[in-house]
Amino acid sequence: MKEEFNIISNLIEENTRVLDVGCGNGDLMKFLQENKTKDIRGLEISKEKVQNCLSKGLTVIEGNAESDLKQFPKSSFDYVILSQTLQAFLNPELVINELLKVGKKVIVTIPNFGYWRVRLQLLFKGTMPVTENLPHEWYNTPNLHMCTIKDFYNFCSSKNIKIFKSIALKKSRISEINKSNLNYKNLDSHLGIFLIEN
Amino acid sequence: MNKNIDTKKIIISNPLKLDCGKEINNFPIAYETYGELNSEKSNAILVFHALTGDQYVSGKNPITNKDGWWSYVVGENKPIDTNKFFVICANVIGGCMGSYGPSTINESTGKQIGTDFPIITINDMVNAQYELIKYLEIEKLFAVVGGSMGGMQVLQFVANFPDKAKLAIPIACTSSHSAQNIAFNELGRQAIMADSKWENGFYSNYKLSPDKGLAVARMAAHITYLSEKGLQEKFGRKLQDRDSLRYGFEADFQIESYLRYQGSVFVDRFDANSYLYITRAMDYFDLSKQYKGNLSDAFKETKTKFFVISFTSDWLYPTSENREIVIALNSIGADVGFVEIESDKGHDSFLLDVPSFLKTLGDYINSTYKVINERRI
Repeated sequence: MKEEFNIISNLIEENTRVLDVGCGNGDLMKFLQENKTKDIRGLEISKEKVQNCLSKGLTVIEGNAESDLKQFPKSSFDYVILSQTLQAFLNPELVINELLKVGKKVIVTIPNFGYWRVRLQLLFKGTMPVTENLPHEWYNTPNLHMCTIKDFYNFCSSKNIKIFKSIALKKSRISEINKSNLNYKNLDSHLGIFLIEN
Repeated sequence: MNKNIDTKKIIISNPLKLDCGKEINNFPIAYETYGELNSEKSNAILVFHALTGDQYVSGKNPITNKDGWWSYVVGENKPIDTNKFFVICANVIGGCMGSYGPSTINESTGKQIGTDFPIITINDMVNAQYELIKYLEIEKLFAVVGGSMGGMQVLQFVANFPDKAKLAIPIACTSSHSAQNIAFNELGRQAIMADSKWENGFYSNYKLSPDKGLAVARMAAHITYLSEKGLQEKFGRKLQDRDSLRYGFEADFQIESYLRYQGSVFVDRFDANSYLYITRAMDYFDLSKQYKGNLSDAFKETKTKFFVISFTSDWLYPTSENREIVIALNSIGADVGFVEIESDKGHDSFLLDVPSFLKTLGDYINSTYKVINERRI
């Protein structure tokens, strides 16, 4: 978690306006508030988590990204963050489009379904993968649309979404993703972090 | 109503131009305060009361001898901790607890003003209370807070005085009174006016009081403050002090007895004309209309932080109406938080012991107070 927060924080310029979509209990918001910017908002669907955030004094709205991002004006945030949540939406494409409208830049992080440990489970055990990063069973997982680093990379190019920066994370090792190492990073990383723009 | 209790009161000498066109001056505002104002005057919270509330937010209400109406929220070691905050609450104009209202005695006639009292609005109430803040010499409030009609006053206050509060917490309210709510208020008013003792509002001249009408108004309104589930769970079809139906029109059911009781205690503490005037003020409330149909414009000038709260079982001021406030604020990039609290207690949830509400509200106010103070240093 800490590495992901650091990478996200390094992608953000100081004293900018940030929205964290699916902000959970507000850990990333707190981290960014201490390190980067005071001007940060959150959107979260779980009442309990919203209450936890508000208790910490964080400005969070209870709502659903798929229907409630519309209410924010175009480009009203310098950065919109979607941390490990894209796979849980009914319609990830719609959410990405909404994020790109609301934010001048968007940071998306995805748990990589192409990671070799994940692939091995399906290949050898023949069951849906359960890992540290993807702890749910197939019947209770909130993840509806799992994808790989390569899937997201290809998605961006097919939709003409500019990738400013793409970073792969394995344990605490950080590396850049580019066209030539894409297949390798897709196999060897548990998390992909993308800074994108329309 | 006991008029002999000593209420804190100031006389506003500045003329106040009302929305109806009339002007009032030298009128009283009754208020109460809790806690101490700090030397920087940075810890003041103005609480706005709802339709039948008064200035006695916490502690013992000297008139009813019951706990203040927001004792769960305001007091020592409560979510709004009076060890830390200086809490101010004023009786709204139109009310009957010492502020200028229809039961105020007209000095020249020696009689109650009755329905010669001008029609007042939420805007007028807020402008009158701002005079109290000026009198207390508070340049900037830490927060303005209120539920139901109190929430409407919070919204109107920030719209009128965009730089006078750091934080605004409207709870279980709306920016525009709905047809359903106008309908319920009209039902209450008709019950009062249909009582032969109302005498066109001049009942006190005849030493009368339209208690029956006012009690019916209260009974009908009280139902709207609860939820179907809450009623069913609390009362169901339970009988009142009897084993079987009596085949008559006495209060066979506990719910009937409960409503009759609510009606009967209400008339002892509330003035029927005040009920007419204040419900009218609520009906007239339409903040977006004041800003030519664009609610966001009401908040365009403000840097005030907002925290909007609604309740799942509140059908009088439902989440959808509270969300409209959030949407209007978001659309201008204002600083707004929002949560819908799970509760079976209906609209009344904001007055009752709803732990997740009390915890979230208290934690939010305290951590925001800390953050704002740190920023200032």
